[in-house]
Amino acid sequence: MTTIRTALAAASALALAACAATPGSDTKSASSTPAAVDANPYPSTYRPYPGTPTALVGATVYDGAGGRIENGTVLFADGKVVGIGAADLAIPAGYTRIDGTGKYVTPGVIDIHSHLGDYPTPSVEAHSDGNEATSPTTPEVWAEHSVWPQDPGFTRALANGGVTALQILPGSANLMGGRAVTLKNVPSRTMQGMKFPGAPYSMKMACGENPKRVYGSKGRMPSTRMGNLAVNRQTWLNAKADDGKKRNLATETLKGVLAGDIRIQNHCYRADEMAIVLDMAKEMGYKVAAFHHAVESYKIADLLRENGVCSAVWADWYGFKMESYDGIPENAAFIHNAGACVVIHSDDENGIQRLNQEAAKAQAAGRRSGIQISDADVIRWITLNAATAMGIADVTGSLAPGKMADVVLWNGDPLSVYTRPEKVWVDGALMFDANDPKRRPVSDFELGQPGEGDVK
Amino acid sequence: MSVRLLLGAALLALSAPAMAQDFAITNATVATGDGSEPQDGATVVVRAGKVVAAGRGVAIPAGMQAVDGTGKWVTPGVFAAMTNLGLFDAGGVQESNDIGARNSPFGAALDVVPALNPASQHVAVARNAGITRASVFGAPSSTIFGGQGAVVDLGADNRMVVRPRAFQLVTLGEGGARLAGGSRTSAHALFRNALREARQYGSDARISGGGRPAPVQTGDDIPIDPRLVDNTTAREDVLLNRFDAAALVPVVNGTQTLYVNVERASDILSVLALKREFPRLKMVIVGASEGWRVASELAAAGVPVIAQPLNDLPASFEQLAATQSNVGRMVAAGVEVALGGLAGTTGDQPANLTQFAGNLVALTKVPGASGLSWGKAFAAISSVPADIAGYGGRMGVLAPGAAGDLVVWDGDPLELASAPERIFIDGVEQPRVDHRTRLRDRYRDLDDRDQPKAYDW
Repeated sequence: MTTIRTALAAASALALAACAATPGSDTKSASSTPAAVDANPYPSTYRPYPGTPTALVGATVYDGAGGRIENGTVLFADGKVVGIGAADLAIPAGYTRIDGTGKYVTPGVIDIHSHLGDYPTPSVEAHSDGNEATSPTTPEVWAEHSVWPQDPGFTRALANGGVTALQILPGSANLMGGRAVTLKNVPSRTMQGMKFPGAPYSMKMACGENPKRVYGSKGRMPSTRMGNLAVNRQTWLNAKADDGKKRNLATETLKGVLAGDIRIQNHCYRADEMAIVLDMAKEMGYKVAAFHHAVESYKIADLLRENGVCSAVWADWYGFKMESYDGIPENAAFIHNAGACVVIHSDDENGIQRLNQEAAKAQAAGRRSGIQISDADVIRWITLNAATAMGIADVTGSLAPGKMADVVLWNGDPLSVYTRPEKVWVDGALMFDANDPKRRPVSDFELGQPGEGDVK
Repeated sequence: MSVRLLLGAALLALSAPAMAQDFAITNATVATGDGSEPQDGATVVVRAGKVVAAGRGVAIPAGMQAVDGTGKWVTPGVFAAMTNLGLFDAGGVQESNDIGARNSPFGAALDVVPALNPASQHVAVARNAGITRASVFGAPSSTIFGGQGAVVDLGADNRMVVRPRAFQLVTLGEGGARLAGGSRTSAHALFRNALREARQYGSDARISGGGRPAPVQTGDDIPIDPRLVDNTTAREDVLLNRFDAAALVPVVNGTQTLYVNVERASDILSVLALKREFPRLKMVIVGASEGWRVASELAAAGVPVIAQPLNDLPASFEQLAATQSNVGRMVAAGVEVALGGLAGTTGDQPANLTQFAGNLVALTKVPGASGLSWGKAFAAISSVPADIAGYGGRMGVLAPGAAGDLVVWDGDPLELASAPERIFIDGVEQPRVDHRTRLRDRYRDLDDRDQPKAYDW
């Protein structure tokens, strides 16, 4: 949140705000180097924490895939969803029964666009690890190598936002910012201890004002939007021409994209620029998974639907830079109404605590313009659709048997401002409980300091 | 906006005072903004731009137009404390941004009034979210002083200023330290020196030069110091130029409120201690992320607070104890707290004040957390900020004689699904069209087969 003393700094930081990129781990860059290149040299060491077989009963259940069950039952055990159904779903012996009467259950919330860990709090210069702003293309950097797992922001996202998985992207100073990483939102001593097992990598790209401003101000290319495209295209062509005889980290990432192993998360605000990027992707032979900060998606929702591209958007941010001047609160609803994919993202350590509220605002703006979108579909914007764009929808993002038991029990309607998570499970392990002061993570940084363990 | 609409807006602006309506809204859920809980089946009566009465059992004057408010909520307009409304168009577009002046030779003397632009889209967007009044500040940039902020209304007309030079802003803490040369010690030394110079400047006739005898009347209650219009003034000050010194005279005299931006508990105590040295200072603490840690001291000093309500991260070392329970705990301790400082255009935009207030209500259901009742939460964005701005009982409240600023909502105004249906400022109904609503209407469908979208207006 912008404090007064930083209002000016924030104005310029906001000009930078917005980035994109995704993680991955088990990627095989088979297309490039012939020798034994370890495609996963920093593997996940995440293991689910212990849980008890649990039956959530009596609550209104949103399955994350558009389904809604009144007085539903959700069963999970051994880290997986076992069953989801109505009140008559049989509860196996040995399950702990939790009465959710008057409450709501959803899948864990997923943020497709976060910088937690890379821009952790306290937001001091020593922590500024999100933009390798020394070259307009840095496909060789990996966001995971900047993640500080002690960032207190992870704990707030869990406790206030019910966030169970999140994608950490490099910043948007660069046209190609590097690889992203997907994390499970559990406290850990190491980044690898949070790394989402099996999640594919993404690469972050950025359109528009940020790259041209950052490098133009250094007297370097690109200083214009046409410069942005030229540098992008040449970089792709160079990667394609690389014979792979000598390892090159940047090329490995780019070839991973061209091989379809690494997804593209593209920071891009303006409709016209998104259209150009879609053509560049066709020219070079890759696919865009999602446009992030896509405040003008509503102007080309048909094009986005036809190309199968998601739009990761805020509910109502607008007017903080020229390319956000046409942001409207109906954006998400208009995209959804056109049949294209909507994801609500945060790009913000505060907003990530309220993705459910942001989705509700976007839904309400749509309703006032005559577009009715069901609550169950709106929940999908912050669960399954995010997982889909991140490439993890086969294992999380909805409540279906066999999926990870990433679950939130809300103390009321998650689309109401008066609601907060009551319990949050990650892989069936209870990681937050509003009723249990000890079931609340406190980062190393906070120990012994004012506010330690406080209800935040 | 089309030429037609622009003309319409101009006509509206010119005729606005004549358009104040006399009306009553009946059978609505009414929240008066004074901290009390909403009442069902209530009536609000507005006449000549002022509230006449609000509550249950209020009679409608004979012949007055009555609007059925069944199913609606009626509240005073939201008062957004500490905004930049009117000072920018697109924050990152430097040319459009008058929030700060990093290279200015002036600090305390800066006055936001000539920069205010009521036609900024951000004013319209905030108004369309139910905000009718605001305080506007300039960010401290060249010195620890941000200059003189104003109280404004958000009416769709050419007159935005309600009270110019309503307050002076100084930033201490980490931000002040940076601007003052690198440390809090320097910031406090600069600040004390400035107040002493101002005290001297205000009282010492010998350095006042040959100023005109009579103060320049500007229509507000803080007249311009005559020395500011006198070119013969000479003074051997060391740090403050005469404009900055003169601007601080009403601060040190206690006739102009001083807003002090600090976050850390120890910084708040250091600020409260200044009252011993400069007893006439009339202060408001802005920020106060760690206010809950010194809530009893704040309450004892009678110093109000304008706080960002949902800060819960150690965003800096001076905010280690930040928590969403901050406001609830301070209020419980007896501190007068307004929500404010949502100056941005992202998650912390003024239009989201109602959402933030609703979050404080949500905390009342979280074990161990401190929130606010609905009535107190709404007061924190209506009557309390109005009171802090010097308009207690006159703004931010539906009470006899208060400004006819009211909003008719389609539901609970703190709820995410709700929005204003009608907005009145001084009894004048406000237009609902802005850049964003026009874009919404243009792109509601994507059909451009017959003509490009550019003809769709």
